[in-house]
Amino acid sequence: MGAGRLYAAVAAGGFRRYATYRAATAAGVFTNTVFGLILVSTYRALWDERPHLGGYDEAQAVTYVWLGQAFLSTLAIGGGGVEDELMERIRTGDVAIDLYRPADLQLWWLAADLGRACFQLLGRGLVPFVFGALCFPVYLPADAGRWAAFLGAVVLAMLVGFGIRYLVALSAFWLLDGTGVVQMAWLLGFFCSGMLLPLNVFPGALGEVVRVLPWSSLLQAPTDILLGQADPLPTCLFQAAWAVALLGAGRLLQSAATRRVVVQGG
Amino acid sequence: MAERAGHRLAEGVRAYRLVAGMWVRSTMAYRASFVMTTFGNFAATFLDFVAIMLMFSRVDALGGWPLPEVAFLYGLSAASFGLADLLIGSMDRLGRRVRDGTLDTLLVRPAPVLAQVAADRFALRRLGRVTQGALVLGWSLTRVDVHWTAGRLLLMPVTVVSGCGIFCAVFVAGAAFQFVAQDASEVQNAFTYGGTTLLQYPPTVFAKELVRGVTFVLPLAFVNWLPATHVLGRPYPLGLPGWLAWAPPLVAVGCCALAGLAWRTGLRSYRSTGS
Repeated sequence: MGAGRLYAAVAAGGFRRYATYRAATAAGVFTNTVFGLILVSTYRALWDERPHLGGYDEAQAVTYVWLGQAFLSTLAIGGGGVEDELMERIRTGDVAIDLYRPADLQLWWLAADLGRACFQLLGRGLVPFVFGALCFPVYLPADAGRWAAFLGAVVLAMLVGFGIRYLVALSAFWLLDGTGVVQMAWLLGFFCSGMLLPLNVFPGALGEVVRVLPWSSLLQAPTDILLGQADPLPTCLFQAAWAVALLGAGRLLQSAATRRVVVQGG
Repeated sequence: MAERAGHRLAEGVRAYRLVAGMWVRSTMAYRASFVMTTFGNFAATFLDFVAIMLMFSRVDALGGWPLPEVAFLYGLSAASFGLADLLIGSMDRLGRRVRDGTLDTLLVRPAPVLAQVAADRFALRRLGRVTQGALVLGWSLTRVDVHWTAGRLLLMPVTVVSGCGIFCAVFVAGAAFQFVAQDASEVQNAFTYGGTTLLQYPPTVFAKELVRGVTFVLPLAFVNWLPATHVLGRPYPLGLPGWLAWAPPLVAVGCCALAGLAWRTGLRSYRSTGS
């Protein structure tokens, strides 16, 4: 019970911390909306040329764009989650303070990241999505069950997103300067999550490969549930399996790292 | 008066070269890191083009434009933006300097502040973006069906240099806005990165109001849309006269003058945090 309250407090702190920077949030909302407008135009041209491309109709493709803009910062697909701070703490040696706290390192940062993600979803994701839904023909199901499944899938996506970024952050124990790894993770994430183009539009074998990788849990899985393109139960199980695998790998790597770590600084 | 302005300009260029040169030397201290980050920069911008190639793996034309012609737009936009980003792309860090008070250091130095801010953290790795844009442009030039005349050939370098000027003006105006906005530095990404993304696609893809907006209000269309439609012999959606393809240098000069005014106003309104 006590531990649960601790992590809830950390999560609430993460939420409040990001909620402090109102001007930055407004700027982010504006930028996401502009990018959404550009992408919507290109997607509509694409679907005009090939209606029902990837099994989506035009309204579904437009919905996909606005969900992508809503999830970009929520799931930190382009980076910018708590991993930046964790890497900096590993590099400077401040991570030693985190390690002797009476709390688990992974759960602590997971809680902080979930708090951040919840704020980004409400503060940064909701407005562009509502704007898109009001200004463009979008596909929104009337079925409450589907919305519930969608929200469940979003939470699972947050776990998978953190799982990937925690592994990226821990690499700093060995590399110290994680700039290269962060950049690679960013590129892979952008390409394989479907931020560029829905994964079901990818041609042939490439499409099949990216759909089984963990990044497909981020944007593609929740979106396909909402758009009625995927069965909720197997999709959520797929996400949950990746979440367990990635968080488990993070735990293994964490114990390896903390056994061999020589903290920087005096 | 003109002599004094010329003197100021020479002074600014000299300060820019000194600061940028220092950052290049500092970058070259870690050569492996430089090579990797330059490649990363190249790969990151290549991703935009991958999206276009993926689209064209499913369709033959977008808004009526085939792949080589879209690549032509892409190359012009990416090369112009890449050059501007290389030259003064670090200006989006100004908000941070205003917030933590380090801008004061630049104010007391005997060199133009604009030159110092523009050269701050000069990042040679951004050559990656320029190279990527130039490669796509080169590829598209071998594929597009254009009757090349001396005028059209001359228009190519003129377009890239003017486009760079227009994007530089956007960077400077964005930085001037940060004197007021501080935390809201992300707003300018909508116009810089958003602008170059927009211009990578044919104007026929976008709504007429949007095309009007980027032609008459924020004249990004002069970076590549107007010259490219002229060279490719395609009609511009707004039915503007063909000679406007030669307007980019004038537009660039006008934009830079306005951005300079905005910068001056921003800098005059600056109040130090005092820390």
